[in-house]
Amino acid sequence: MSRPTDLTAVEAAAAVRAGELSAAELFDAYRERAAADDLNAYTWVADAAPSEAPAADAPLAGVPVAVKDLFCTEGIPSQAGSRYLEGYCPPYTSTAVQRLLDAGAPVLGKTNQDEFAMGSSNENSGYGPVLNPWDHTRVPGGSSGGSAAAVAGGSAPWALGTDTGGSIRQPAALTGIVGLKPTYGSISRYGMIAFASSLDQAGPLTRTVADAALMLRHLQGADSRDMTSVGLRDEVVLPTAERLDGIRLGVPEELLGEGIEPGVRAAFEQSLALAEELGATVETTHLPHAPHALSAYYILAPAECSSNLARFDGVRYGARVDADTLTDMYTRTRHDGFGPEVKRRIMLGTYALSSGYYDAYYGKAQRVRTKIAEDFRAAFERFDFIVTPTSPNVAFELGSKTDDPLSMYLNDFCTVPMSLAGIPAISIPNGLADGLPTGLQLAAPAFGENKLLEAAHALEAALGFERLDQKTVAA
Amino acid sequence: MSAVEYEPVIGLEIHVQLKTKTKMFCGCELSFGDPPNVHTCPRCLGLPGSLPLPNARAIHYGLLIGMALECELAPRSIFHRKNYFYPDLPKGYQISQYDEPLCGPGRLGDVRIHRVHLEEDAAKLVHVGASGRIHASDASVVDFNRGGTPLAEIVTEPDIRSAEHAREWLTLLRTTLRQLGVSDVNMEEGSLRCDANISIRPKGQTEFGTKTELKNMNSFRFIERGIKAEIARQEELLRNGEAVVQETLHFDPRTEAITSLRSKEEAHDYRYFPEPDLVPVTITADMLAGAKAELPELPAARQERFEALGLQADTARQLAWRSELGDYFEAALGANGDSGSPQVVANLVCNDLVARIGDADPATSKAEPGAIAALAGLVERKAVTPGNARVVLDKLVADGGDPAEIIEAEGLGAMGDGDELDGIVEAALAANADAAEKIRGGNMKAIGPIIGHVMRETKGRADGGEVTRIVREKLGL
Repeated sequence: MSRPTDLTAVEAAAAVRAGELSAAELFDAYRERAAADDLNAYTWVADAAPSEAPAADAPLAGVPVAVKDLFCTEGIPSQAGSRYLEGYCPPYTSTAVQRLLDAGAPVLGKTNQDEFAMGSSNENSGYGPVLNPWDHTRVPGGSSGGSAAAVAGGSAPWALGTDTGGSIRQPAALTGIVGLKPTYGSISRYGMIAFASSLDQAGPLTRTVADAALMLRHLQGADSRDMTSVGLRDEVVLPTAERLDGIRLGVPEELLGEGIEPGVRAAFEQSLALAEELGATVETTHLPHAPHALSAYYILAPAECSSNLARFDGVRYGARVDADTLTDMYTRTRHDGFGPEVKRRIMLGTYALSSGYYDAYYGKAQRVRTKIAEDFRAAFERFDFIVTPTSPNVAFELGSKTDDPLSMYLNDFCTVPMSLAGIPAISIPNGLADGLPTGLQLAAPAFGENKLLEAAHALEAALGFERLDQKTVAA
Repeated sequence: MSAVEYEPVIGLEIHVQLKTKTKMFCGCELSFGDPPNVHTCPRCLGLPGSLPLPNARAIHYGLLIGMALECELAPRSIFHRKNYFYPDLPKGYQISQYDEPLCGPGRLGDVRIHRVHLEEDAAKLVHVGASGRIHASDASVVDFNRGGTPLAEIVTEPDIRSAEHAREWLTLLRTTLRQLGVSDVNMEEGSLRCDANISIRPKGQTEFGTKTELKNMNSFRFIERGIKAEIARQEELLRNGEAVVQETLHFDPRTEAITSLRSKEEAHDYRYFPEPDLVPVTITADMLAGAKAELPELPAARQERFEALGLQADTARQLAWRSELGDYFEAALGANGDSGSPQVVANLVCNDLVARIGDADPATSKAEPGAIAALAGLVERKAVTPGNARVVLDKLVADGGDPAEIIEAEGLGAMGDGDELDGIVEAALAANADAAEKIRGGNMKAIGPIIGHVMRETKGRADGGEVTRIVREKLGL
């Protein structure tokens, strides 16, 4: 039998339930790897396997999960990548993590991330950058960079992340794994340290599409603790499709402009050809307002974050810097506690909401958001899925974009429109360009997760991408 | 040059703590006087990752208030975030309402309502050391028990024209809210708080003057005094050729001093935007029907009903606006036995009883409503004189009891017509010959000593009117 860490989550859960593998053995194998991690993917790793074995009928059967640091976990540091929250241990556990625990998936570790989920390279973490396991001189993407690196590097079977404008899909693409952002509202946000409340959505980062489906099945559901949560309408089914017969794929011209790297475009076009071989039709389509998505996003998300992060004021928890006056205490605490990208977005958002500017910025951005959602609705009348490259580029070198926020923001060019529309989108490995992974993004109508997972599964099987953790086995 | 006469223009903003079981956006119990920070949770402490959940009961209370104030009720209501930093505000924003409040324009009495909206209360800051005020204190600590208490903010149109008017109208509002059962409406405990927007303008002018906002008035008396002081301050400024500056002011009830808290330039930019953690609240037909079914009789309707009983408008209003007096009055009318006419009972309650118990709730007095009714009946049948009725009332308030028994025991029954009184008047005229002479000369005011004499002799049992009649008869007037 292969090593426990070679198994996908679906396989590992089955092996434990069949009595072929003990949950403790599985946990320890990953714990050892996570503790020895050299990618800076973790900000906390469990000391030991849970003292109790999972219940015999626990569907996730003790398969450990790496959890993005911004999920509150009772008694375990939950720092959201920020120095302000260094050592902060919440008194309660987020609904998403609790659901995984209840299904039998213990927490393996907390993963590094861009501070408060603001970033596309994981270089904005207060706890240092995460390295891309494919090339240690490159970024893993962000903001769920630690979760992506942990899964791609093989130190976790799967991980929980969050996606506000691409923070699951883009790092999944840059590290050659699967990343799913479900429909907004399908998974409770209770206990997720907020970046932009109307966009934040939890989701899985996994080795396979089937693993993503399995985790989603146990994450989703309306939660009485989150008024915006609605859950999915149907139970999530593990995908089995191998063909795409009758499936209509729309390729939006607006998202395939000059910014796409040639290698990424070539890999994308090969995948489209493959989809046709599997029985799909591929046609160019239009999302007329999509080019404005990034501009609208960089009004709305900072506006919400400027308010969401106001609670980090030094009064009740976190790193207070004492001063003689209240205003000085606030100023110094927030000056020292936040990194530059967080400050930049707080300032952008504060400005956008200011009296006299609200309509010109926030109001207009909301109208653009509505238009983008309408564009997708119209497109889905003709197509089952919208397909794009996930990221316009492969993983870039550490430090190469940190001085140029705009070029950093362009990483999310293809992922932000779906976030604004609140619809589900998945990134699957799409072959290499210059020896580095690229991602294929499929987006579906709201609540269309099951169909989306089936199509992604068929493409995944046909693409036959060799993941890094599989290469490591061979080596 | 003739002095310009100024007219004050006043609008009020009233914050009412709602008497729900739990807080506005979490399940923590509401309490008053418990040890600090025992009623808290991740939501009302604004811990990272926590989310608000609106209190359905608070929305129901908001609808009750809206209906009582004859407001237009919105079919859909949205919460907004009001952003500012202060240690009593754990999230760095207050969840409030902005351009889609629960209740739109309405009216209570002679004052129009601009809007009513729901929000959460801030926590309580306690300044340790020195005076208890922030200045010169050693430290400030925060008690989050109060943080997140549901508040209804009621905003009036600028329809109030004097400090007395403001106080009187607030009394009506307080009674209305008390009748609704939505709040303790206790200013001392902070469950009713009032800010006033005040400006003055030359009489006859239609444009408003520059307004100031007067904060921190925590009793009805202070509100009246504070508004009076601010009107006087503005008048003096204008008379000296100076201008009123738009600012927020603090009234110190001890010194009557008015000091500036912040100017217009220092005013916050609250950066309101729709609260993304909450979905809009849809006001359903069921919610409206539920509120409507719970609406009690309101003061205006009660006043009308009292007037229909034959009460004078002033008395009816006093009973309706001070609901505890109205309740007591109705209990007296409903008591068995020979009660007097409603107006006589009402006079006893509104004048004589109130003079003895002040602002206290008459229900807590030893005088039973039935006893008051019986006393009114005795007065009306002239079985006791109005003067002796007051003596009986003193006893009722002090010890309780039955008026007829008190009259019997104390010998306070009224004298009948007849020779006995005739003889006593005769003697009184003889003993006060000077006074008798003056009366004969047309000075009826001189009758005092004679009536006094008769009352002494009869221990107050004589009817004053009857004595006067006999005096006039004997003096041939």
